Amino acid sequence: MAVETRTVTTRRGIEAKVHTRGDGPPLVWFHGAGGLFPVESMLDMIGEQHTVHAAEWPGFGEEPTEGYLEDMLDFTLHGWDLVDAMELGETPDVAGHSMGGMIAAEMAAVNPAGLGSLVLLCAVGLWIEEHPVPDIFSMLPFELAQVLFADPVAGEAILTAGLDFSDDAALTNFLVLNARRLGTAGKILFPIPNRRLSKRLYRITNPTLLLWGEQDHLVPPVYAERFQEQLVSTAAYIETLGGAGHMLPYEQPELAARAIVTFLS
Amino acid sequence: MKFVWFNLQPWPYLPKDFREKHRSVWVDIPNSLFDPVKGHEMYNTYLDQLEFADSVGYDGIGCNEHHQNGYGLMPSPNLIAATLARRTSRSAICVIGNSIAGYNPPNRVAEEFAMLDCISGGRLIAGFPVGTPMDTNFCMGQIPALTRDKYAEAHDLIIQAWTRESPFAFDGKYNQLRYVNTWPLPIQKPHPPIYIPGGGSIETWDFCLDHDYNYSYLSFFGYKAGKALLDGFWERRAERGDADENPYRASFAQIVCVADTDAEAEKLYAEHILYFFNNCLHIHPGFADPPGYRTINTIKANKLSQLRQETMEMFQALTWRDVVDNGLVIAGSPDTVAGQMEELAKTLRVGTVFCLQHMGDMTDWKTRYSTQLFAEKVMPRLKDIWSEYDGSKWWCQPLDDRRVNDEASFANARRSPEFPADYPEGAI
Repeated sequence: MAVETRTVTTRRGIEAKVHTRGDGPPLVWFHGAGGLFPVESMLDMIGEQHTVHAAEWPGFGEEPTEGYLEDMLDFTLHGWDLVDAMELGETPDVAGHSMGGMIAAEMAAVNPAGLGSLVLLCAVGLWIEEHPVPDIFSMLPFELAQVLFADPVAGEAILTAGLDFSDDAALTNFLVLNARRLGTAGKILFPIPNRRLSKRLYRITNPTLLLWGEQDHLVPPVYAERFQEQLVSTAAYIETLGGAGHMLPYEQPELAARAIVTFLS
Repeated sequence: MKFVWFNLQPWPYLPKDFREKHRSVWVDIPNSLFDPVKGHEMYNTYLDQLEFADSVGYDGIGCNEHHQNGYGLMPSPNLIAATLARRTSRSAICVIGNSIAGYNPPNRVAEEFAMLDCISGGRLIAGFPVGTPMDTNFCMGQIPALTRDKYAEAHDLIIQAWTRESPFAFDGKYNQLRYVNTWPLPIQKPHPPIYIPGGGSIETWDFCLDHDYNYSYLSFFGYKAGKALLDGFWERRAERGDADENPYRASFAQIVCVADTDAEAEKLYAEHILYFFNNCLHIHPGFADPPGYRTINTIKANKLSQLRQETMEMFQALTWRDVVDNGLVIAGSPDTVAGQMEELAKTLRVGTVFCLQHMGDMTDWKTRYSTQLFAEKVMPRLKDIWSEYDGSKWWCQPLDDRRVNDEASFANARRSPEFPADYPEGAI
């Protein structure tokens, strides 16, 4: 599917690339701590029914803008600043994966009138002592696939696609990217990915889909139930998809796209 | 030159299969391996060794801060320094240092260091490390990408707490204090000399040069490996147009073992040094470099952490020859050690050396033997290196008229009350 990329500037002056695809009512997409991937099949498939606007988060694009964001409120307001800068002309639905889901939920909590429906895919943001979210910040690169994917072997290939670690310049480039991305993510996820979203979830009045991978070993499906319990002011639906771990949009893009499109219609 | 005797205060009872059974000596090492009863003996032995080093003539005695660490049992170095301040009178007390990015609020450090300076009569050298990721991020929970910013603010607060007219309000990003008003203040003015223990980040070099603080490279990997980073520091200084080449602006930590002969050094110390390298440096690499901790400039400059995985793998099966030939350890007869120490001082251009003379599970008598030989037979031969430079700016300036902590003063502390002559009789 054709993707159109433009640069928007928020009122605060932060430049960000927005990748737009598809046709239909607007859906704003917030990526996870791994950033946008070269291939985003799930977004392509959603694009058949919706215009999907995927924004690059500070720290994940080329511009070194991550210094602007320090705490959860900075992240939340930047999310709204981005939506404003996109000048969509109508109220969008908002969806986010993992860290992006946490940001989307925070955005909905501070401004539920600003969006239509909310889709949280394997969202972080809560903490259940009996089911601690593993510490990705102390994991070695080769340990990540095991936690993130239902099929770690296939997942490893997705994570390392096109990277040649024997090349020093490529390795340095990877380390820089990784430091910027996860360094930025760490501002709201380190050392425990809980910035008290649970105190604010009651404010969300938007219909919400909690879409989870059945084999999510990072944020297990029990977290979907906890979200549902705490979303007391709205109808929240849980859908759990087999054959998928935390990286649900990349392991089962078709199933995930179908679930999202069905929910939004 | 100045010599500081320094021990890391390791747990000397790690099991032989520690490497196989546990992934890291730091952060998540099971505390069931610690025995507080043995800890009683351990701490007192280490404190005795520091006092011994003072008694045989070292310029300073030192301690540092680590948390949840099987090779460094000083989560509060200020407690160690407090005991030394009361039991010694001569040498500098080098706290290298407090991981101030993790303190809340950090002006507590301004207070505690001032206490130490007062108790010791102005003998404190104050260290402010950014802190390792293991300590600052994983044990103290600070966010990696904000650690340097928080460190910089903590530093500013402490310096202001020592030097500004008080009380004043401090409206920081991480610390908001309506009334900063440090009681007590340090003896040394404007404040004790500041040492910045660092690895190889460009930002740390600039920070030292901006403030003219001592850059202290506390490596375990010896002077040959350390040369690249000290060269980097001195080159950075030159790039900035800073002409001051005073070697006392920099210091270096070196493992040193002295015996009567080179052969005796191997016989006495090899097992303990290898215990350190092969057990104590067994650190989960994922704890050593969380994304966001190192700056982008440092990554691009390829100043990789001394604790990166490849480095750790080098130390899985080290032999005595490896550590001696590569300069990780300077060991041997007084002649051998003096020769290599001179090479260290001159190639690294450092005025102060932190001598790591107790390592791993080294026994007390061996530690004292090595320490005494160094003080008596090595130090005198090195003392005058750099004598053409004045290092006083980077060294403590104690009161001339300060308490002498000796047998008489210890006895004096226990004396019964003596009533003043004019105290009315029968008042009690």
